[in-house]
Amino acid sequence: MMQWEFILRIFLRATFYLSVLRMMVPIALAAIGEVIGERAGVVNIGLEGIIMLGAVFSVYVGHMFLNTWIAILAGLGVGILVGLLHAALTTYLAGDQIIDGVGLNMLAFGLGVVMIAMRWGMYGTTPSLPFDIRVPTFRGLSPFVPFTVIAALAAWFVLEKTSWGLRLKACGEDPVAAEAAGISVFKTRTIATVIGSALTSLAGVFLGIDWLGAYTRDISAGRGFIALALVVFSSWNPVGAVLGGLVFGFFYAFSLSIPSGIVPDQLLYVMPYVVTLLITIAFVARSRPPAAVGRPYKKE
Amino acid sequence: MSQETGEGRGRIARFISKYSRPLTESAFSILIGVIIGSLLVMATGFSPLIFYRGLISGTFRSQRAFLDMLSYLTPLIMTGMSFAVAARANIFNIGAEGQMYLGALAANVVGYLTLPSVIHQVACLGAAFLAGAAWGFIAGVLKSKRGVNEVVSTIMLNWIAYYSVNYVATYKIYDPTSPWKTNSIQDTAILPFVAKGTSLSVSLLLAIAFAVVVFFVLWKTSLGYEIRAVGLASTAAEYGGIKPSRTIAKAMLIAGGCGGLAGGLEVLGRFWFLDNTLQVIRNRGFDGIAVSLVGRNHPIGIILSAVFFSMLDAGAGSVQIYTSGKGPGGLGVPLELGLAVTGIIIIAVAVPGLVHMIGDLIRKRRGS
Repeated sequence: MMQWEFILRIFLRATFYLSVLRMMVPIALAAIGEVIGERAGVVNIGLEGIIMLGAVFSVYVGHMFLNTWIAILAGLGVGILVGLLHAALTTYLAGDQIIDGVGLNMLAFGLGVVMIAMRWGMYGTTPSLPFDIRVPTFRGLSPFVPFTVIAALAAWFVLEKTSWGLRLKACGEDPVAAEAAGISVFKTRTIATVIGSALTSLAGVFLGIDWLGAYTRDISAGRGFIALALVVFSSWNPVGAVLGGLVFGFFYAFSLSIPSGIVPDQLLYVMPYVVTLLITIAFVARSRPPAAVGRPYKKE
Repeated sequence: MSQETGEGRGRIARFISKYSRPLTESAFSILIGVIIGSLLVMATGFSPLIFYRGLISGTFRSQRAFLDMLSYLTPLIMTGMSFAVAARANIFNIGAEGQMYLGALAANVVGYLTLPSVIHQVACLGAAFLAGAAWGFIAGVLKSKRGVNEVVSTIMLNWIAYYSVNYVATYKIYDPTSPWKTNSIQDTAILPFVAKGTSLSVSLLLAIAFAVVVFFVLWKTSLGYEIRAVGLASTAAEYGGIKPSRTIAKAMLIAGGCGGLAGGLEVLGRFWFLDNTLQVIRNRGFDGIAVSLVGRNHPIGIILSAVFFSMLDAGAGSVQIYTSGKGPGGLGVPLELGLAVTGIIIIAVAVPGLVHMIGDLIRKRRGS
């Protein structure tokens, strides 16, 4: 009985809800980015790798220049570059979107470890960033939380209410018709992929210089893949991605709030992944992906 | 032209033209990976030549190094098969990692039974196959019945498998004298080493035999025909009387079984136990994706590409040894360099058109 009372008390604490919001940010940012890319017809399963790259570059450069803004720009910059690479390979060169993403994940993981080992002589983690370099929080609330919500609303507005959003979606539904209507499919897909990758890299920046204040080799912990599941859960709607992020954040935060000893640790750690899978199974039937997603468009 | 050169030459020409294209593309990807890999080493402040030297000496510095390199083919071939069989049905199975964990656990547990040798190994490997197959089957059914994207489901299943095996290894079958690992299997379940002082065991021969079986199933049986037909054109296969959803589930069953065998063979042929956090087999499942992609999802190609990736692994180890003590904090370039190079190779594999574009460009330049 005592244990259940203890678990119920978790929900009465403000820190629990702050923690839900913190858990939501990285997966929601990556999912919003991926929604934008997939609506234009480009899948990027390299989200996991882009999160790692955003994190490792922001921490690395943060240590180098001891400046928060330069650190953020470094993480964001690498996200933009990777987005350009993924877009160039999968649109102009008609490469396989999934395979490129898998390669990206491996490259990012390997590169991250090589970078921190060769800079600090440690295989697992970097030293912590000085506290004044980390993103300041207001009563425990990171500015990334409102940023994520605003990004979702802005993405929704652009996709649903502007003519450019309409053109972007046309590239994801029927690229041949879009091209016939005078839209440059390659250019639109490239822009969407770069925006998506940039948002995903910010998820890494958040983990690196806001939440943890360091880079660890397992920093992403599957968040990129959970974000992919979130895209399905949200029915390709950026606002839905934030709501889904809150649901996942809730389970994450809950599993971490239970002190060890009540149930085996493994049961707690596995919960976010089980929940992700179950929710995907439950919601996948009612969601419909963009018709041409994942298929390279070849000009006649 | 080829008609005039006679039957035999025509056949050879056809053979060459059939295999030269994928061979060129894979070789080109490897070349890009190796070049960028050496540049990465240079970026860490060492000579880029260290990478090439490492690649060669990692495998050829001694007979033992060579046999150890061969021993790592076993898990790579099996996890590569797991990816390949699914890929033939157009399923992107990145779940070999989790299938391997469960296969390893199953072989480990069945290894405790008291059974006569040979029967014991067969029982262990059978259990490993079934455990992996069940795990693959879940992803297959979710895909075919519910439309759940296999990339998402297999990744989640990998984590679930990891924590499940971690739980069993930590609390249920741990070795009381060294709790970081599980109890070792019975001697009757061990696959013997081929050469003393190396880690090369009979498991490699079994892995190659399994690869041949998979080759046979894919190209000589109606099930294999179904799998390939669904992979090439799902709708057309359906008109031809094949049920794609059933075929996908069957393909994932076989794929999962191969992944399970990767874990089972490693337990019986190398470690005889598992450590709690599965460090001894970690990432071999993901390596299999690279092995299969570079090997063009073909059993023969997979064996060849497994040799390359095993050499890359040994090479990254050599680079770490050469550079150790010279980097910051006395560290060398870490082993993960190999993973970064693998990533670059896969990115290059994603764009098979690139090598032909470059070829066209060179030809145009020469022509004009």
